[in-house]
Amino acid sequence: MKLALLSDIHANLQAFDACVAHARAVGAERFALLGDLVGYGADPAAVLAGVMQLAEKGAIVLKGNHDEMAVTPEGAGKTLGGSTADWTHAQLDPAQRAYLAALPLTHHEGATLLVHASAEDPARWRYVDDERSANASLDAAAALPDVRYVFGGHVHFQTLFYRGTGRGLMRFAPTAGVPIPMPRHRQWVATIGSVGQPRDGDPRAMYAMFDSAAAQLTFHRVAYDHATAAAAIRRAGLPEYFATRLEDGR
Amino acid sequence: MKLLEPGAELDGFVIDDCLHAGGMAHIYRVHYAAGPRDPGFALAMKIPRMTAGDGAENIVSFEVEHQILQVLTGPHVPRFVAAGDLDKIPYLVMEYVEGETLQHWLDQPGRPDAPTLARLGDAMARAVHSLHKQNVCHLDLKPANVLVRADGSAVLLDFGLSCHAHYPDLLAEELRKAIGSPAWIAPEQVVGVRGDPRSDIFAIGVMLYELATGELPFGEPATPGGLRQRLWMDPVPPRKRRADLPEWLQEVILRCLEPVADKRYPSASHLAFDLAHPDQVKVTERGRKTEGTGFWTHFKRWVRAAGLSYQPSPVPVQQIEQVPIIMVAVPHLDVSDATLYSLRQAVARSLGTRPGARLACVTVISPGQTSSTESEKGETQVHRWHLSRLQQWAQPLDLNDHQTSYHVLESGDVAGALLAYAHGNQVNMVIMGAATHGLQMQRFVATVPIKVAMEASCTVILVKQSLPFEHLAAVAA
Repeated sequence: MKLALLSDIHANLQAFDACVAHARAVGAERFALLGDLVGYGADPAAVLAGVMQLAEKGAIVLKGNHDEMAVTPEGAGKTLGGSTADWTHAQLDPAQRAYLAALPLTHHEGATLLVHASAEDPARWRYVDDERSANASLDAAAALPDVRYVFGGHVHFQTLFYRGTGRGLMRFAPTAGVPIPMPRHRQWVATIGSVGQPRDGDPRAMYAMFDSAAAQLTFHRVAYDHATAAAAIRRAGLPEYFATRLEDGR
Repeated sequence: MKLLEPGAELDGFVIDDCLHAGGMAHIYRVHYAAGPRDPGFALAMKIPRMTAGDGAENIVSFEVEHQILQVLTGPHVPRFVAAGDLDKIPYLVMEYVEGETLQHWLDQPGRPDAPTLARLGDAMARAVHSLHKQNVCHLDLKPANVLVRADGSAVLLDFGLSCHAHYPDLLAEELRKAIGSPAWIAPEQVVGVRGDPRSDIFAIGVMLYELATGELPFGEPATPGGLRQRLWMDPVPPRKRRADLPEWLQEVILRCLEPVADKRYPSASHLAFDLAHPDQVKVTERGRKTEGTGFWTHFKRWVRAAGLSYQPSPVPVQQIEQVPIIMVAVPHLDVSDATLYSLRQAVARSLGTRPGARLACVTVISPGQTSSTESEKGETQVHRWHLSRLQQWAQPLDLNDHQTSYHVLESGDVAGALLAYAHGNQVNMVIMGAATHGLQMQRFVATVPIKVAMEASCTVILVKQSLPFEHLAAVAA
């Protein structure tokens, strides 16, 4: 089955729509949204409406730290990440807030564990950004039966961690569009990148497609109308930084 | 796994006979059990040895070969057919290629002559270049893994230690160590760098050395210290072991064997070019010497090698693109100064942005120009005249960092000759004049540049003539 993995949409409607359309065009049979649906971006209500529609048709939806902040902005603090939480909270109706509040932190199905950040204590939102943290996430996930694949978001970069002939995990920088063989007898940790706020210098949206039958993961980059997304942020009166960020992909 | 008997069946394949029973794998000739699924070529099945005593690396090698073989294409690799599940019985079924491995030439009494060596080396370099263009480095090239077909082309076998730039390298590990066959691996592989296409060029050098002299340049080291020798040691010059070996061939072999990858051929297509054009190889001290490198030089390099670390190279395709072979077609009939000037400018611009690029200057003359009956029009004299004309044309170019060669082709079909040359030498870019036979004619007949541009498989730059001082003449008039 082809499972489209989208994470860190961050209320970027243009990027979200572009990735969903791309995934459908390349044969996605199911969607998994790995959290941070909102925050930073200018269209939380519209994105959430789209997410809820996908969920009705069987999409897996997880909670991210920004979703939690949007529900309870008073707990977010005065950080950069929390700076749009109040505004986001105000844009959502009570049903949408209740939906976010009820989202699960992880989803375990067959050989796959999905999580927003790290499988190691998911509610603490640890970053999986090096071999050690990937290993910790994998160790925690391996406590569940049969888990071979841990897919997450949170870090806004596309990276694959795998085991070579040595003991520790190794890091691999994927090339967009190339299906990577990931046989089941090995263990894999992937961060699939961010749909709505790429930070690697390339403004194109990121997502990944996992083909469980072929045991292949393909990282994708999708060009979208980032100028409109940035304009929406400016129009909403959100900090300019979040608009330029989309234009620069940083 | 125990040896399978002829007639045994496995996953729809019938075993015919065992071709090879080695330490890593058994190889059988097989055919489909059900008749109609004839693929149109003979099949071989490779079953890795994976009993309790066999190392985990056998299994990883099997996985690597499976992943890489199924995405490789072209005439220089066996076609992939099927694979068995690692959880059940792992096997690979691929095209059975008819031919002799390089080992065949090593087993012959007497050593091959220089033209045979050049032909074998050229075939290997072409096969390796085709692999590099697909972003794969072989990393375990040795005589047993190179098969030569009856038509002289080479097919590479055994991708168990190979590296695909777009896949995670399953053979890598955090504490790097040498992976490969000790006699043939490159210095950077010794310190654990995997994925540099120039490692394969080093291995070709070892095989050419072996074919030429009957001896291995660095022996068959059994210890890590012995393996590290190639980081600092120059091999004994082949000409010391075989006096009749031409200097140009030693130049080529020793350039492949340079300890520092940057000093080797930057791509296998450059190596193939030299092997196909011995007269154009620039022979240096490296090619002439018949005595080994002295103790003190080696000692100094040994000290340096102790702290040596190799940088991982960029992805093979990127690396190859940085060092293209550029061909310029220089006309000699009815050609204006403006055309020659503009061509030179275009070449200078193209070379300027590609430091490692190689330049081939080509001109096509008609067969009628050389005639055996008139002595002063004899072939060599006409060729020499055209060669020196090409050299004069190239004189103003700064060719310090660019290997350059000059070629006179004889053909009645100019476009055909240029296309054949570009294709045969794996040229990456052709530069030629846009209107060598007059713009007026182009509306009615496919002129030479149009034909070349349409049919070439590489980039073609058509240069329009422009002479800055023409405008001055216009002002004066």
